[in-house]
Amino acid sequence: MPAKIRKIIVQIDETRIEMGRSVSPPTRKALAMAVIENPFAGQYTENLDALITIGEELGALLGQRCVEALGIEPGQAHSYGKAAIVGEAGELEHAAAILHPKLGAPLRIAVEKGAALVPSSKKRGGLGTAIDVPLGHKDAAFVRSHFDAMEARVADAPRANEIVVAVVVTDSGRPLPRVGGLQVHEIQGKDGLR
Amino acid sequence: MIDIRRIFTHVEQIHHEFGPIAATPLLRGAIGVVLTNPFAGRYEPDLLPMMNALQPLGIDMAERLRAAMGVPAQSIEGYGKGAIVGADGEHEHGAMWHVPGGYAMRELLGWKGDRLAYAKGQGEAKTGQPGNALAIVSSTKKVGAPGTTLDVPLTHINASYVRSHFDAIEVRVPGAPLAVEIIFILAMSTGPRVHARMAGLAASAISQWDGLR
Repeated sequence: MPAKIRKIIVQIDETRIEMGRSVSPPTRKALAMAVIENPFAGQYTENLDALITIGEELGALLGQRCVEALGIEPGQAHSYGKAAIVGEAGELEHAAAILHPKLGAPLRIAVEKGAALVPSSKKRGGLGTAIDVPLGHKDAAFVRSHFDAMEARVADAPRANEIVVAVVVTDSGRPLPRVGGLQVHEIQGKDGLR
Repeated sequence: MIDIRRIFTHVEQIHHEFGPIAATPLLRGAIGVVLTNPFAGRYEPDLLPMMNALQPLGIDMAERLRAAMGVPAQSIEGYGKGAIVGADGEHEHGAMWHVPGGYAMRELLGWKGDRLAYAKGQGEAKTGQPGNALAIVSSTKKVGAPGTTLDVPLTHINASYVRSHFDAIEVRVPGAPLAVEIIFILAMSTGPRVHARMAGLAASAISQWDGLR
């Protein structure tokens, strides 16, 4: 059964100056969120397949919305991340069912390749709860300039029987990275780590 | 004078609010531009040069927001504006946005009046032809810390009394404004509240074309 989506929200955060210094080109992060009904709210269910399928649907939908919002070709994406906030009639495992088994594959199609793990966070929360979506480079998790996060929040969600699902895609790293580590130009992109 | 640090856009597509699913989802959007407050930490008596300097920024923001919403200007039915001033600024600094913010959207949406005349406190000469975007752009402003939320009111672009279009959108830019910054905000919507059913003046019944009814 497809996700019952109440709202979709897309945000773009473009940074042009940090600490008085010009950021050129500006760093850009896109966040797409869907507010969905939790089909298992208020009950313990052993089999969470319905949420796993919803995760697959949202990986494609939200990944594509992010790439569209950035106005880039899929291969121009740099980093990604995902997160979910479960309303209070749901359980943390519901977020896990959406995020972990099947959301990643269609998200990787949306950003082309994606050898690296998609970093994630999850929590239970109420209306307006904020979650920090962790970000890492899509092809090499050790790229230090791209360790980052973007805050996701929906003012009127999640209701008790809802889940907020968030995906972030960027076309850049942090605004002024200078703490060393693996650089983008050193990526091998084979094992997802380096 | 205009030193932009961040641009934050937000677009939401509302399918329902626990009632019938909308045939066409309602779109609401907001754009916040985070810029340095040139008057932070001091009292500046003359704010009008900065207000005038903001005019092109307003027009650029209005167009960026429309593009992010992915609709033509004719689809915009509601609008609003706001400002969040960082802690080293003054409430009045947010007021610099009234003219450039409001008239930027009115220009985008078809209003062809004289912005400079308005800035001088003069009304535009009415031609008798109903234009578009006739209603005042409602607004809110506050002084706040980084991550402060602002509820930006939305009203119908041609008649302030259209009840179905009274709405508000919560705007918040994580990490901004810093004490020395201001966020100027524009907001737009493509229609009435998703389950509007409170009667009153309907958009289809606008007849006075005076910006009110």
